[in-house]
Amino acid sequence: MRLPLPSIEELKEARKSTRKRPMPSQDPLARMHNFAEVALGYSEEDALLEAARCLSCKKAFCQEGCPVDIDIPAFITKIKERDYLGAARKIKEKSNLPAICGRVCPQESQCEKYCIRGKKEEPVAIGRLERFVADYEIAQGKSDGTGVNSVERSTREPSRDSRVAVVGSGPASLTVAGDLARKGYAVTLFEALHVPGGVLMYGIPEFRLPERIVQHEIEGIRQLGVEIQTNVVIGSTITVDQLFQKGYVAVFLGTGAGLPYFMGIPGENLNGVYSANEFLTRVNLMKAYLFPTYLTPIKVGRRVAVLGAGNVAMDAARTARRLGAEEVSIVYRRSAAEMPARHEEIEHAKEEGVQLRLLTNPIEIKGDDAGWVKELVCLRYELGAPDESGRRAPIAIPGSEHSLEVDTVVVAIGQGPNPLITATTEGLIANKRGNIVAGENGETSRPGVFAGGDIVTGAATVILAMGAGKKAAAAIDRYLSEASHD
Amino acid sequence: MYRIVRKEVLAPGLKRFDVEAPLVARSARAGQFIILRLDEWGERIPLTIADLDPEQGTVTIIFQEVGKSTQLLGQLEEGEYIRDFVGPLGRPSHISQLGRVVMIGGGVGIAPIHPIAREMKRAGNEVISILGARNRQLLILEEEMKQASTEVLITTDDGSYGRKGLVTKVLQELIIHRSPINLVVSIGPLVMMEAVCRVTQAAGIKTMVSLNPIMVDGTGMCGACRVQVGAETRFACVDGPEFDGHLVDWKLARQRAQMFVAEEKQALQEHEERRKGGLGGCGCHCHQ
Ligand SMILES: Cc1cc2nc3c(=O)[nH]c(=O)nc-3n(C[C@H](O)[C@H](O)[C@H](O)COP(=O)(O)OP(=O)(O)OC[C@H]3O[C@@H](n4cnc5c(N)ncnc54)[C@H](O)[C@@H]3O)c2cc1C
Ligand code: FES
Repeated sequence: MRLPLPSIEELKEARKSTRKRPMPSQDPLARMHNFAEVALGYSEEDALLEAARCLSCKKAFCQEGCPVDIDIPAFITKIKERDYLGAARKIKEKSNLPAICGRVCPQESQCEKYCIRGKKEEPVAIGRLERFVADYEIAQGKSDGTGVNSVERSTREPSRDSRVAVVGSGPASLTVAGDLARKGYAVTLFEALHVPGGVLMYGIPEFRLPERIVQHEIEGIRQLGVEIQTNVVIGSTITVDQLFQKGYVAVFLGTGAGLPYFMGIPGENLNGVYSANEFLTRVNLMKAYLFPTYLTPIKVGRRVAVLGAGNVAMDAARTARRLGAEEVSIVYRRSAAEMPARHEEIEHAKEEGVQLRLLTNPIEIKGDDAGWVKELVCLRYELGAPDESGRRAPIAIPGSEHSLEVDTVVVAIGQGPNPLITATTEGLIANKRGNIVAGENGETSRPGVFAGGDIVTGAATVILAMGAGKKAAAAIDRYLSEASHD
Repeated sequence: MYRIVRKEVLAPGLKRFDVEAPLVARSARAGQFIILRLDEWGERIPLTIADLDPEQGTVTIIFQEVGKSTQLLGQLEEGEYIRDFVGPLGRPSHISQLGRVVMIGGGVGIAPIHPIAREMKRAGNEVISILGARNRQLLILEEEMKQASTEVLITTDDGSYGRKGLVTKVLQELIIHRSPINLVVSIGPLVMMEAVCRVTQAAGIKTMVSLNPIMVDGTGMCGACRVQVGAETRFACVDGPEFDGHLVDWKLARQRAQMFVAEEKQALQEHEERRKGGLGGCGCHCHQ
């Protein structure tokens, strides 16, 4: 049974609200013991009341804040008209993965940051509305993650002879594969791991981005005729040159930022020290939280320190809580203002009892006789003058050395590019950090080879990877049309 | 899905599979490894490649049933399928003509030493292989190693076959009587590789070892496989699995191998209890 929808009066009232409509969420006490999604999503009523707050600005600053230029006022207008599928179509003119972006985009530094209402009060909850629309579409069975709804699509045969190889299966690659398949190219997607999805599957936890949502979008791409080959490591199982020999006429590299960095402090190889990638991969991809039904183990002690303060760090900390750790702290050398994680993630982490140890930096990890982590030695910091990143530089306070007793340390200070493909592909230029050098539209130093997403930019965001994928797909189409490979 | 085209029980708890994986069979070289995942619930298990048949498109793996995962793997039969099988991973062995080389394989480590010995011989080296096993029954690939080597020396812990004692004893004698030895490659249990390195370090003979630490992805993405080599931390799955044995921090390698011992025991126990209870002895998950 549908709930009665808001009346005109209620909508008028809602328009005046200075606050976002809160996101219905699982109670913190309950969710600490499960991996189910935390944010439950707007109801239709919530969505209508929140959409009423949108002023439908002629000059839409929010849209300028969107990395892929979604016509935000237009999709929100569609919501007001209760044409939710129309709203979804509007978003999908520009974005292939709204159910994912609606959940994980850092809206507060993008669209919502520029919302006019945000100047004096809370901005319109654009991200929550995006998610509502995308989930609605999925629930109606009308979404395939590519902007075509299921009515218009069936499993298709490619209409062109040109075969394109897409390497990796994160948001950049999924976007390229979907866009090119829709244009009729025969696309094969190669993924090194046993499931497609990239960070969406192995990194971002179930409680924030359910596997079901990611696999739904991937299924849609498969139905467009994209062939997905898992368990293939390009550069090893098959090289990029061999792809061309096999008849692929263009290659897209979307291999992400998958190489975990460590701090380089003593004790980092002790038992109980994980990279965030290992910690999260064990839990998400390998489902260690269901051990021993699933056979991959994970071990968390009572006290966990997570080094770093980005999304990855928050995900690791919240995961550690769910695995039963009693004390979980984020250890970060700058202050709260500089924490790179999404605001919502920090709030969620705090609600779940994660402690923030700010202006604190570890200098050594100490272990017991058997080689297990025992304590984290840290220095306290204070903020000095702004550094080259514009953020105030943290400066160590002399004599502030102190120890935290911990059983587990998760290092979440960033990831770099995996060098395998650049090392095995003649003529493919990378910069000194190892990122593939690519132009505005993803073109690399090798003709026919395009790249985009984290492998080019360094660790960034889902929406930027997707945006890079859209540009690269268009460029590959132009390249193949001009070169008349057909 | 990857079909097991041939299964052979080499010794109690030691099994050999030829798995259909044409892309891997055509691209792999001696010294590299694969990762397999039995089924939806499985761990990613790294196994060094024991042999390849590019024409048939098969990859040979030989494994010892030590934990629940490898026991379940061992229960698969010819014609059945492994869910995931990815490779080749890691760097191939460096094969070159050096003169006299000694290959040392201990236990199931004889399997990965075999293709390296064969390549070394093919490259024109005099290949002396030392094979070590607990007893005669557990000694594998004797015939194959004879083919792949110029000479094979065998030791067993209990003296039931070949010489009684450890591989290091034979190695020491070789060093005295058969100098110069230009390279030693040693694969087997950590303690054996470490002992070999102690001997060769004293004699100044370069020694390569193949490390098989705990891994997850095997592509350089997680760092579970960290090993300390000289002053550096390396990822065994992409920088190895072979390293200069004289630079390996063996104590750390031994410690890190202990990381999930308790969990492995727990999984094995539950598995065995279920078996005894007659519930799903097949190891499948339908009986939970
Ligand atoms: C824990 C975590 C949390 C995050 N949270 C957020 C968030 O809340 N919001 C947000 O916007 N962003 C977030 N990010 C960042 C975001 O996920 C990434 O920016 C984005 O996924 C990058 O997409 P991509 O397509 O470039 O590559 P990835 O998603 O990294 O995918 C790359 C894929 O390529 C595969 N691959 C690599 N090498 C090869 C090879 N040689 N052959 C075949 N396949 C290969 C990899 O296995 C992987 O599947 C988070 C990242 C992490 C790790
Ligand atoms: S196993 Fe993950 S990096 Fe080596």
